[in-house]
Amino acid sequence: MLYALIAAHAILGASTPLLVKRLGARVFYLLSAAPLAAGIWLITQAPMVLSGAAYIESHDWIPTLDVTLTLRMGLVQWILAMIVSWVGFLVLLYSRWYFEGLTTGRSAAILTVFAGTMLGLVTADDLILMFVFWELTTVFSYLLIGHDPTRRANRGAAQTALIVTTTGGLAMLVGIVAVHSVTGTMSLQAIVADPPTGTLAGVGGMLMLVGALSKSALVPFHFWLPGAMAAPTPISAYLHAAAMVKAGVYLVAVLAPAFAEVPMWRPTVLVLGTITMVLGGWRALRQTDLKLLLAYGTVSQLGLMVLLLGVGTRSAAMAGMGLVIAHALFKSTLFMCVGLIDHSAGTRDIRELSGVGYRVPWLAILGGLAALSMAGMPPLVGFLTKEAAFESIVNLIDGDLSFLTPLAAIALDIAITFGSAITVAYSLRWWWGAFASKDGAPALSWHRPQFGMAAVPMFLGLISLVLGFCGPLLTGLIDPYSDTLHVGKESHGFALWHGFSWPLLMSVLALAAGVVLFVFRRRIAAIQATFPSTVTAEELYHRSMHGIDRIAVEVTARAQRGSLSIYLGTILVTLVSLSMYAMLRIRDWPQLRVFDSWTQLLVTIVIATAAVLAASSRGRIRAVLLVGVTGYGLALLFAFGGAPDLALTQVLVETVTLVVFVLVTRKLPRFFTNRPLSSTRWWRVLVAVATGTAVTLIALVASGARVAEPVSAAWYEWAYKFGYGKNIVNVALVDTRAWDTFGEISVLVIAATGVASLIFLRSRVSTMTNTREVFEQRPDEPQADTSPGVWLRAGQTLSPMVRSIVFEVITRILFGIMIVVSIYLLLAGHNWPGGGFAGGLVAGMALMIRYLAAGRHELDEAAPIDAGRLMGGGLLLALVAAIAPLAMGGTILESFDWTLHIPVLGELHLVSSTVFDIGVYLVVVGMLLDVVRSLGSGIDQHTSEEIAPVPIPHSTKALPGYGGR
Amino acid sequence: MMSANLVLAITAGILVAAGVYLLLERSLTRILLGVLLASNGVNMLFLVAAGKPGTPPIVGLAGENVSDPLPQAMVLTAIVITMAVAAFVLTLAYRSFQLHGHDEVADDVEDARIRELAEADVASASYEDTTFSDSGSDAVTE
Repeated sequence: MLYALIAAHAILGASTPLLVKRLGARVFYLLSAAPLAAGIWLITQAPMVLSGAAYIESHDWIPTLDVTLTLRMGLVQWILAMIVSWVGFLVLLYSRWYFEGLTTGRSAAILTVFAGTMLGLVTADDLILMFVFWELTTVFSYLLIGHDPTRRANRGAAQTALIVTTTGGLAMLVGIVAVHSVTGTMSLQAIVADPPTGTLAGVGGMLMLVGALSKSALVPFHFWLPGAMAAPTPISAYLHAAAMVKAGVYLVAVLAPAFAEVPMWRPTVLVLGTITMVLGGWRALRQTDLKLLLAYGTVSQLGLMVLLLGVGTRSAAMAGMGLVIAHALFKSTLFMCVGLIDHSAGTRDIRELSGVGYRVPWLAILGGLAALSMAGMPPLVGFLTKEAAFESIVNLIDGDLSFLTPLAAIALDIAITFGSAITVAYSLRWWWGAFASKDGAPALSWHRPQFGMAAVPMFLGLISLVLGFCGPLLTGLIDPYSDTLHVGKESHGFALWHGFSWPLLMSVLALAAGVVLFVFRRRIAAIQATFPSTVTAEELYHRSMHGIDRIAVEVTARAQRGSLSIYLGTILVTLVSLSMYAMLRIRDWPQLRVFDSWTQLLVTIVIATAAVLAASSRGRIRAVLLVGVTGYGLALLFAFGGAPDLALTQVLVETVTLVVFVLVTRKLPRFFTNRPLSSTRWWRVLVAVATGTAVTLIALVASGARVAEPVSAAWYEWAYKFGYGKNIVNVALVDTRAWDTFGEISVLVIAATGVASLIFLRSRVSTMTNTREVFEQRPDEPQADTSPGVWLRAGQTLSPMVRSIVFEVITRILFGIMIVVSIYLLLAGHNWPGGGFAGGLVAGMALMIRYLAAGRHELDEAAPIDAGRLMGGGLLLALVAAIAPLAMGGTILESFDWTLHIPVLGELHLVSSTVFDIGVYLVVVGMLLDVVRSLGSGIDQHTSEEIAPVPIPHSTKALPGYGGR
Repeated sequence: MMSANLVLAITAGILVAAGVYLLLERSLTRILLGVLLASNGVNMLFLVAAGKPGTPPIVGLAGENVSDPLPQAMVLTAIVITMAVAAFVLTLAYRSFQLHGHDEVADDVEDARIRELAEADVASASYEDTTFSDSGSDAVTE
């Protein structure tokens, strides 16, 4: 049920963007249903939880790491879940008026999902699950604080909150792992039931405490909370008062029974809690923004809560849990009052607000009850909890904790009393600032708030009053929790009257001092101003952020030079050094044979010469041709080396590459630039020679390393048995290693698309025109001859000056033959050299020749199809061929074969992987079509539109085609 | 123990060396030619590492000593992909000529800006110094 409730929050939140268009701000009625449902369900669970049982929901998650999806709701969890759900419901209800005229559902959606996350956080039993919810609340808080990313304050506050709380969160994760490694369980319940001991467990517990302190904004993490007030007020009311900051308090509350005995735990909690309480209150005293005042007040109260719950004595635990409840009630009330005032008056500055109390008297009274509860005035619930808190402090002086010296305990007592006095002072200041009439304040522009908006905080304020008379009930509720602790005296419980006692005296002192502090507020402010300004934690945070950024800049400036050749040089030098180091340690080098045959020697000499000449060539075409020579030479070596498929493909690829180069270089200058690079020439020669030497040595080592039986030894048999093909290389491509091939044809599609988009920029389809359409645009010329006798139809579109009839005739004859050859290669490839790649390359070359013979319209005549569709179709076919075996009960890419008996022709042996190869074929044809349509037709078109680059004679540069911009 | 073919190994080294020399250039066309030379060299490396050449790995044609088909399948993939890369880089070079009249790969402008920041000892441009102290109105109502 709990998971269902959490999911309900998430689903409602996710559908908010749709709902908000129809409902506007009324969407909040719907959204508040989720926490309302959770709240009602929680009430139905009350008898079970109060009887001491726990509600558990559990699923497996990662069994090998002991991680489960376990939710467990005991008493503490139930109390927190009640707060989270009911306050969440009221805040969402209140938001309906606060966000009147809502158009985007962003904040509403996140707030709702956040409420669900919070419910998960306080009920999660598995520590990892809790951590996930924990960090989710951090992320949602970040998004909610940064609700308006155009404002600098929101960005900064959101980022600070995120960084501070995730830093703590990561510390907590380390703590969780440490505790798990000691206990072997991730269950919070199990850990608390059987607390781990030892240094590692202690460190783990302290790290989890760090997480809790950062989330609950204790010193020195406190500064993110006031910044978080940049969020809209209902969000502050919920996240930064009632719910999220309570997560840390909750964690301290559940961990204290297990970890309070860890050596550093109690001193940390006592010292930081006290400092936070006093510091937060002290700062709250000088705020003029009502909301900021409350934020610092929250910091102060959180300090007290963590102190009480963390110190781990029975009476303190009782008081702390009571304070959690009381604080959730009064602080959300106060925030909602501020939201209403801000909404109606357009300001929440104390100096500008005057006479609000006359305008909304009921709010001033009932909402004001919350302020009194915060101050700890009887008969409000805040008084009950403060009395209990004082009692627990008195118990400390009485010797509840053996390590606390009398002086330290008395100092603590004084500090807490002083903190309470400040609390009284800023509570009064808040009420006075919000509702009182002040002399000399500017006239207020006020519009009447809607009733519902005021009703919610008034209702909550009233609860603070009612609960003040329910002390025994509250005592009975929390008692089982305080009994889980074994240190200290029993609490006297919550009541309005305990007789004349030390706590009462402290209360009276605090109230009196608070009133004095408030009455003499100007004097106090003047005194505050004379205090020397010290380096605050926030400044330290900003300095360290600045420092990190500076380090990043320095490191980037050094490591990231922005020069391609420096990067490549670094990589190559690393490659050479590491491989050379490894090879220096080799003792046994393989035997060498100088060469296998004289033809091999001859070919390698040609290749080596061509390579060196290509590297030193300044002429563009010349270099291209020389590189081509190395490629053709390599094809010859493949042919000698027992690799006919490679030889075939290499020759075809080399030819296509040459044509592509020629198509492009016709628009480029004849010579490369040489000038700016002569400076680094010898350095480059050095790197090149070193790399080449390393490669030669690696080649020798690698061939010497062939001592094991090759993986492919069994392929000889398998290729025919499972792949039904005789050509083992082709079977490897379409069956054994077909995933590789699939990746490869995807790369081809991507590259071709890249080429086309660089040339056409927008659409490659619109440029296709056949001969008839071309002549329709030339009405003054004799129209096209479409009879079958024309050698190449589009040849007529060319100027007679550039036309070659002989070429056209040959092309006409050759084209059909090439297509037949390509199909033969495709189909024969499974048993003989060939395959989809070779076939596709031949077909693509046939198209290229059509283009070369008769121009771009001939290409459109030959292939009146968008290359993208061809490639997409091929990719789809290959995918279908890969998946289809699943339907036949096989595995992906498994091959099947059929033998058909065709009369007259004989037997036809069909293999399913041929379909895959046809897909490859189509992709390759499509790719070449795309390339020739881009670099052939496209550049032709650029030339005719005068946006192609024009080489400058006797220069290494070209005039840019300005239209390309 | 297998023996290694020295001439092929040296030729592969020369191809890679010539390729690397061009790769460290600024002109995109030359860089591309360098890539092609180097990939030819690497493909030859496969040839050397594949052991002593034998008969084609085709059932029926194969004799005693068959060439290893695995490196062949890998090289086949490499050849075709190199072609696609060549077409793409060449188009980049063309586009560069079309826009700028040359195809030189310039140093990254952003990185130069970061160097300037480092020399001036300042934080990055994306760093925001947002303070929201407790003086009241500064951040929350900005």
